[in-house]
Amino acid sequence: MAESVVDAEDLAKADQVRISNETAVEIIGMSKWYGEFNVLKDINLRVRRGERIVICGPSGSGKSTMIRCINRLEEFQKGQIIVEGTELTNDLKKIDEIRRDVGMCFQHFNLFPHLTILENCTLAPIWVRKMPKKDAEELAMHYLKRVRIPDQAKKYPGQLSGGQQQRVAIARALCMKPKIMLFDEPTSALDPEMVKEVLDTMVGLANDGMTMLCVTHEMGFARQVANRVIFMDAGQIVEMNEPNAFFANPQHERTKLFLSQILH
Amino acid sequence: MTDATFIPADRPFVRAAMLAPEPPPAAVAGFSGWARANLFSGPFNTLLTLVCAAGAAYVAWVLVDFMALRAVWTGANREACVAPGTGACWPFITARFGQLLYGFYPADQHWRPAAVFFVAVALIAPLLIPSAPHKKLNALLFFVAFPIFAFVMLRGGLFGLRPVETRAWGGLLVTLVVATTGIVASLPLGVLLALGRRSKLPLIRFLSIAFIEFWRGVPLITVLFFATYMLPLFLPSGWTIDGLLRALVGVALFSAAYMAEVVRGGLQAIPKGQYEGAQALGLRYWPMMLLIVLPQALKLVIPGIVNTFIGLFKDTTLVAIVSIFDFLGIIRAGFADPNWATPVTVYTGFAFAGVVYFIFCYGMSRYSRFVEERLDTGHKR
Ligand SMILES: Nc1ncnc2c1ncn2[C@@H]1O[C@H](COP(=O)(O)OP(=O)(O)O)[C@@H](O)[C@H]1O
Ligand SMILES: [Mg+2]
Repeated sequence: MAESVVDAEDLAKADQVRISNETAVEIIGMSKWYGEFNVLKDINLRVRRGERIVICGPSGSGKSTMIRCINRLEEFQKGQIIVEGTELTNDLKKIDEIRRDVGMCFQHFNLFPHLTILENCTLAPIWVRKMPKKDAEELAMHYLKRVRIPDQAKKYPGQLSGGQQQRVAIARALCMKPKIMLFDEPTSALDPEMVKEVLDTMVGLANDGMTMLCVTHEMGFARQVANRVIFMDAGQIVEMNEPNAFFANPQHERTKLFLSQILH
Repeated sequence: MTDATFIPADRPFVRAAMLAPEPPPAAVAGFSGWARANLFSGPFNTLLTLVCAAGAAYVAWVLVDFMALRAVWTGANREACVAPGTGACWPFITARFGQLLYGFYPADQHWRPAAVFFVAVALIAPLLIPSAPHKKLNALLFFVAFPIFAFVMLRGGLFGLRPVETRAWGGLLVTLVVATTGIVASLPLGVLLALGRRSKLPLIRFLSIAFIEFWRGVPLITVLFFATYMLPLFLPSGWTIDGLLRALVGVALFSAAYMAEVVRGGLQAIPKGQYEGAQALGLRYWPMMLLIVLPQALKLVIPGIVNTFIGLFKDTTLVAIVSIFDFLGIIRAGFADPNWATPVTVYTGFAFAGVVYFIFCYGMSRYSRFVEERLDTGHKR
């Protein structure tokens, strides 16, 4: 894995080779309602394989809801989402297929507290991928090494620090060999001194060419890793640009206001 | 101890050396420290401690006095226990011991329930000891093979075993048969009902709610009466269902309804994030429930589950009203025996029943504490 921080320029250079023209996720005219409340309005977004997208925006703007629609943790009422060529419908088989391709990390980790770190990681490979237990454990140890906590494998999540738990959550998702990773504010529940270890892990992933959609307000991470930054407000994509232009020269009034508030 | 670090109020401060952890001061450690902090902290607490200790000592004395010091240990009939001031009349128990264990099961066949009992212990004990090996095989033997073995052994009629009608079963045998079947059947049934009650499918939800509310809404006595005296009226003539079986099913369904609500309480305590974590990994409904949600939910409600088990164990005494002689029933039947009619017979019988029920119920309670501690996986947040 990457020795922590990778040069943004390196990434940019590597990207020209890596980002193909193939589509990983396509969202077309997607809208969603909670009862009468229109949370997401006409979302259109195409993510190419290998692309890294950072999504920011004020609380309640629908960022979580949007990325949770991609692996069907939320249903939407209008439009289309196509993941790796499979269109999301109510068909359970397709939902399973897509969830196998899409890994997710949550703000509160959502590790399983009654299982050891190793069992957390082997659970899905064994029960979803039907992998033999031994192979699953090897795979899990491989990814636990990558996130640099193989020595904690026999412990329970409750015995680990927040940063370590989030890295386990990343390893757990990687054990399913996903093609796309979703991150929903992975560092915002962490104590400040643990943010870096998690971001470093994510940079390492980016460096390996993983397609990533990250909801985060870590603007340093966005500058360093993102190909595009999306700003959402009131359930809509308000602005989207490559990071340098996005931060240096925001266009929309709301984006300017938001950036002025979080960048002090 | 080293001298305390002086932290000046008016100048900047930088610590020179970090402190190493020290053992706690003597006053709070050990039994005397604990007693001083918990029993004798202040005059009111000291008084309370003394009053309670005196009360406990008095009750203990009364019990020991009746059950041991003044008790009669041997004798052939009531003559042994009629002297005034006698305590417990234990020969009453020992003389009827076979009946207390097996009811009216033919005496020459007592080896059959005895064998079932020993096999049961041999299978349950390793199942309850976490470090014992071969849990899967053990569980399979206990939950699948054992019931068949027990049924054939007790009921007979096969392999040259003399048939013994369930009407002849009784005593501790019946209590344990009813309690074990009730316990083993009510947990999985209760779990299914609890899941059903939270299902997204309206029909399943409705049926689960109807079932739970029906069984919770009627007293167990009514259920047993209905099963025994009214059910036969609804069945086609010539059909009969074994009396003990009817009671068994009644008790199991009754406790399943209570169990369902206990389990539902546990399910409600599982955060949404656990479901989402499992779904995001691609787990479907049943693997998610069986591997992630239920283990955590059941662990949370172990006290409630064991509470229901203990309630069920004691409720088995109600089968006495439909003429099934369970452990308590057979003791009470003994009171009518003119051979043992003494002033202390009733007290002896109930004291013995109390001790036996207490051993079983307290055993379950202790075991549940043990399981809770064992399943505790680190810090709660
Ligand atoms: N289950 C729900 N029912 C109703 N409203 C919801 C639900 N979940 C989220 N919302 C609302 O949808 C909006 C978007 O939420 P969310 O996507 O979590 O925002 P963000 O992640 O950008 O902070 C918020 O106003 C929130 O209150
Ligand atoms: Mg959010």
